[in-house]
Amino acid sequence: MQIYDLIIIGAGPAGITASVYSARKKLNFLVISLDIGGQAAWSGDIENYTGYQFITGPELAQKFHEHMRKYDTPLKENEEVLELKRLNGVFLVRTNKSDYNSRSVIIASGKRSKELGVPGEKEFKNRGLTYCATCDGPLFASKDVAVIGGGNSALDAALQLVKIAKQVNIVNKTSALGGDAIMRQKVEGAANVAVFNDSQVISVTGDKFVSAIKIKDNTGVKNLSVQGIFVEIGLIPNSAFAGEVEKNNKGEIKINLRNETSIPGVFAAGDVTDVPEKQIIIAAGEGSKAALSVFRYLAINKF
Amino acid sequence: MAKSVKVYSTPTCPWCIRAKQFLQENNIDFQNIDVSGNQQAVDELMQKSGQMGVPVLDIDGEIIVGFDKERIKQALGVS
Repeated sequence: MQIYDLIIIGAGPAGITASVYSARKKLNFLVISLDIGGQAAWSGDIENYTGYQFITGPELAQKFHEHMRKYDTPLKENEEVLELKRLNGVFLVRTNKSDYNSRSVIIASGKRSKELGVPGEKEFKNRGLTYCATCDGPLFASKDVAVIGGGNSALDAALQLVKIAKQVNIVNKTSALGGDAIMRQKVEGAANVAVFNDSQVISVTGDKFVSAIKIKDNTGVKNLSVQGIFVEIGLIPNSAFAGEVEKNNKGEIKINLRNETSIPGVFAAGDVTDVPEKQIIIAAGEGSKAALSVFRYLAINKF
Repeated sequence: MAKSVKVYSTPTCPWCIRAKQFLQENNIDFQNIDVSGNQQAVDELMQKSGQMGVPVLDIDGEIIVGFDKERIKQALGVS
């Protein structure tokens, strides 16, 4: 079986940037990813990625993708890594489709949406309930919708939806909306937004598709009639496959300044790690740092 | 004979972009149906696929939800 110099797990900002650096170092490497662009592709409007005063998430993800393709990077797309382990001095990366061997690994598998964990959530997923406002928002033109959450991603979803939906109800667990002040002001200034603070989702109901959401606050239980529900309550790291690698209590992979994990030869970058602050530009920078660390590691170990 | 391929999509969904790109790479002609703000297209999508996620591909009547590369390849008969 072929042994690669490096396998990069994930093709979001961190993984793609690592791939560009690895290609330029002429490493024999492979990228394995479920999707392209990661969370960046799910973002709405991006105004803080240097060089682009304004770009949408899907457009930036497309730019990343083009940059990776420029180097004819070998990519296994639509593949999910299930297991990463050491075997006879090399790493075995097992996916839902095949096994791969490599001398080093960069884990850049990012984060995924946290689920509500309430009755009706699973049944109505993609039947009105979604975790991606960017993708599915346009289907809810002139409908009443609910956004669950109160942080930046919830505000981002709400801002996309105010232009599309009839009424946007924000269901927020805490006593006031969080996130950036500039986004909060935009949301609070929109005519078709209602904010429900101190509110918990109890259940999602409907027939074939979502028709309502039940929420609870200090005064009791309310039924909001909505056709769409956008869940934006935070993220969890995609790190379960890396069982042997040390993580923090959030499940984020612990790294040092060189992006080294607790296992020599395994590096990590971006939102899956315990790097402070999760931003597209930070993930991209971390990806480049990880690739350069891998290059050093391979040279020192004379692979 | 070439198969009839329809893609129900929104302009912003990353999987829709990938699905269309994949069809283009394989020189497959397709009809793109942008469902945003088009209630009739949304209804058609919901009726055909029983759900509301995009993309949905209709390949000669075979309905594929999401960018499922393997199933798309199979339905198209491309390797």
